[in-house]
Amino acid sequence: MVDTNHDMDTAGIHTAPMLLNMGPSHPAMHGTVRMVLTLDGETVIKCDAEIGYLHRGFEKECEHSTWTQVFPYTDRLNYVSPLLNNFGFALAVEKLLEIEATPRCNYIRTIMGEVARLSDHLTCMGAGSLELGGFSGFLYAIEARELVWDLIEEVTGARLTVSYGRIGGLKNDLTADFAERWKVVRERVLRIWEDINRLLTKNRIFLDRMEGTGVISQADAISYGLTGPMLRSTGVDYDIRKDKPYFAYGELDFDVPVGTRGDNYDRYLVRLEEIRQSIRIIDQALLKLPDGPVNCDDPRVVLPEKERVYNSIEGMINHFKLVFEGIQVPAGEIYSYTEGGNGELGYYIVSNGTGKPWKVSIRSPSFYNMCPISKFVEGGMVADIIPTFDTINMIGGEIDR
Amino acid sequence: MSAEDIKRLGRKFRKEIIDTSDRLGMDTALVTKESLVEVLTYLRDDEKLQYNMLRHLTCVDYLHREPRFEVVYALYSVSRRQQVVIKAPVTEDDPVIDSIHHLYGCANWAEREVWDMYGIRFKGHPDLRRILLYEEFEGHPLRKDYEKQASQPRVELLRAERDAFEEFKTYHLGEPAEGSRV
Amino acid sequence: MTLLIEFAIALLKVLVIVFGFVMALGSLMTLTERKYSAFMQKRWGPIRAEVLGFRFGGLLHLVADGVKMILKEDFIPSGANRNIHTIAPAMGLFTAMVIFAIIPFADAWCTGLALPVEGMDLCFGFDDAEALQSAQPAAVATFAPTHPYFQIADLNAGLLYMFAITGIGVYGTALGGWASNSKYSLLGGLRASAQMISYEVSMGLSLAGLLMVYGTLDVNEMVREQGALLWGTVPMWGILVQPFAFFLFLTASIAESKRAPFDMPEAESELVAGYFTEYSAMKFGIFSLSEFVMVVFIGAICATLFFGGWQVPWLYADGFHFSGDSMLAAASGGAWTAGELQSYVQASTPDIALPYGLVVFLRIGCFLTKIILMIALQLQIRWTLPRFRYDQIMFLGWKILLPASLINLFITALAILLLR
Repeated sequence: MVDTNHDMDTAGIHTAPMLLNMGPSHPAMHGTVRMVLTLDGETVIKCDAEIGYLHRGFEKECEHSTWTQVFPYTDRLNYVSPLLNNFGFALAVEKLLEIEATPRCNYIRTIMGEVARLSDHLTCMGAGSLELGGFSGFLYAIEARELVWDLIEEVTGARLTVSYGRIGGLKNDLTADFAERWKVVRERVLRIWEDINRLLTKNRIFLDRMEGTGVISQADAISYGLTGPMLRSTGVDYDIRKDKPYFAYGELDFDVPVGTRGDNYDRYLVRLEEIRQSIRIIDQALLKLPDGPVNCDDPRVVLPEKERVYNSIEGMINHFKLVFEGIQVPAGEIYSYTEGGNGELGYYIVSNGTGKPWKVSIRSPSFYNMCPISKFVEGGMVADIIPTFDTINMIGGEIDR
Repeated sequence: MSAEDIKRLGRKFRKEIIDTSDRLGMDTALVTKESLVEVLTYLRDDEKLQYNMLRHLTCVDYLHREPRFEVVYALYSVSRRQQVVIKAPVTEDDPVIDSIHHLYGCANWAEREVWDMYGIRFKGHPDLRRILLYEEFEGHPLRKDYEKQASQPRVELLRAERDAFEEFKTYHLGEPAEGSRV
Repeated sequence: MTLLIEFAIALLKVLVIVFGFVMALGSLMTLTERKYSAFMQKRWGPIRAEVLGFRFGGLLHLVADGVKMILKEDFIPSGANRNIHTIAPAMGLFTAMVIFAIIPFADAWCTGLALPVEGMDLCFGFDDAEALQSAQPAAVATFAPTHPYFQIADLNAGLLYMFAITGIGVYGTALGGWASNSKYSLLGGLRASAQMISYEVSMGLSLAGLLMVYGTLDVNEMVREQGALLWGTVPMWGILVQPFAFFLFLTASIAESKRAPFDMPEAESELVAGYFTEYSAMKFGIFSLSEFVMVVFIGAICATLFFGGWQVPWLYADGFHFSGDSMLAAASGGAWTAGELQSYVQASTPDIALPYGLVVFLRIGCFLTKIILMIALQLQIRWTLPRFRYDQIMFLGWKILLPASLINLFITALAILLLR
């Protein structure tokens, strides 16, 4: 801790550092984080970030719910891309159960996951523009995000807290006209992408604010456990979708943008390009989408159809046991990881053989992305905290759980 | 390949490794807590291993089992794309383990979270205080014997809240506020 | 007696210009900014305020906002200096309104006969052209008195007055920031005062070139000189003569009024609201209003200095003259004789003749249009660009704009030397 009796005498004038509290309710601290800054004029000498304002006790709640009841909790982690969280958890439990999802389910999970990633990156870029004062860029990105959310709502029934994934499958299949709707949404999102690109990417003021600020070196990034666009902006080519492909990523063709300098501008560019790559993935996946059932065929895991539940004893008992006692997952533990919007989203789950998890530990990318916050901020100016904080894309729900 | 890494680890640290496992493709090694720093330093610094990213640091509470806690370290080698999981058992009577904040930068906050949630002290940690909960919180919530609906004692009014009370007195009750210069 | 009449006229001018025009436009701007940005961003903006079922497209939000601001609770943070906290917004608004004293909305009203002489309207002591016929042969043309009915104060050091008042304008924000007993406000107030002081220098220097070209500090005189036709056809507006200075001046004055992209002092995302964080109700309203009145002022002064002010291109006191040939030439030797004047007047005829009252009306209308266009330009800039970081603002002010203004001055001086 810095000693607050640290006096600085400049040219014989007695000065002392100022303690500024960028508190939890602050326009720039989206997701409620408190940063206690020690300032010397405009330069930050020391930064102490205090998190936990959105701590809701997920992990404790998960220990008292059945495996399927955990899905609404996962929605509320990274609440701008809830589908990715859902599917990550479903994958983890399926690994413990040692079952495979159907091919169609894998493709749909890929598609909807990338749609959620679109929403995440658009929000991040929009918020970046907003915080820097370019209000119009924000509203363009939000317009694109509205279109994407309309699409999500048609498929899952909700815009934000979707609870779409299930262990062994999904809640329901895609809508019949998903491909046509996607074409419409895709055109408009790409046009808005062009607009944002032309408004911000070569804008002199934007460059001044973003280039050279919030720099982190590659070694530091790896040591602090950064993942996702933050790590890729420093030049490390680490993307779980390419390294350990899951769902249908192994069969699709896409590029992973990698930056060079590890500053805010590179993170912005990485996210900008990832939007286009997501669109590419969705296009390919829709072409290759196989037919077949969405849920896997295992009665120990998947709820039976309603006709069987209402018309046969076996169906009713199956449904009853699955809902009341939960899916009986064999004892063991697994650490399963997928690529969330901000980086590696990991679930370390421990099962003791019953229908309720023994432990669900969530490796949230935002938590680890925020670890080196003092490295980013100290030595820079107060005004640089804003773009740095935006490109870190700290989502309060994820960091505090 | 990470199975070979576990074997190499086993050869080097014969006494310290209690158990290894390979279930479901996740290569795990259970090591004693005293040898933890040595093992992790070896894993990070050896050129053939290079586990330079701490992916996740968490703890599991196996109530009614001796040792009760198990601190889990998931390590990843970015260059070799391999993962290995190291676990260290910690007993309830002596919930102390060495800190690895000097090996990995992210261990600073992750260890604070384990202290906050489970009450395991990390020896050598520069700034071990609660991270997700407030300092006056009593107990460690993710322990299995902490009730889900437990209530907490009331915290004494902080200075900021006292200021709000003073404002109330000024504007609604008409008494003068301290510190205002007219 | 005449003193009383003059006083009454001055009061009327103040009421009409300041309250009828400036305050009205300033309040309208609170709505216009929201509507303009809304249409840029594909949304509706404020549309809901209604009286008896009539919405007028959201125009009633003006009234609604005013009423809301007046009726809200007005608090002063504990520990704040009460008097200064209350006076600071008033100082801001005072300087913003007072600065309109020098803006000419039309030329001084000529009580005799106004005729264009080489691009400027001179006011002769004759009622009309026929009176020339019966003038004494050796009569020297007399100049009739003119009344500045369209400018509150016809100072012959008008621009100097403008710089002085903008200098005082710093106090409003600096004191507002300091008097709030809050670190955010203090940071905002400090940033504001440093920024405003830095950009005042460039503002002044960028106009120095204009002073050299027109040779006067009197604002009305400058506008009149902008009627002169370059090469016989193009009106000599400020932007043609000093294009570089226009951009410098526009940048410096947007920075002076702390509008985006220079709105660091009130940067929403960092300092919550900067120097007016701790202000509520009407005091906050007054800060915002003074900012909008400054926007109107910048529009007005840019229009006046660079876009010809009340000059409609080729429109003079007796009508349109589309080329310099149809205007009177200046008298050689300094005075016209009656015969010379008669022949000149016969030779100079307008291409389209208009009555004097209509000319004045057109001039006021043109000026208002120019102001509105300049306001639209400033709103467009504000809603498009992100904001600068503080040290970049200082860099821009001192290391880029100031040398640029000096270079502009140098080149202007050189050009004047070579061309005259």
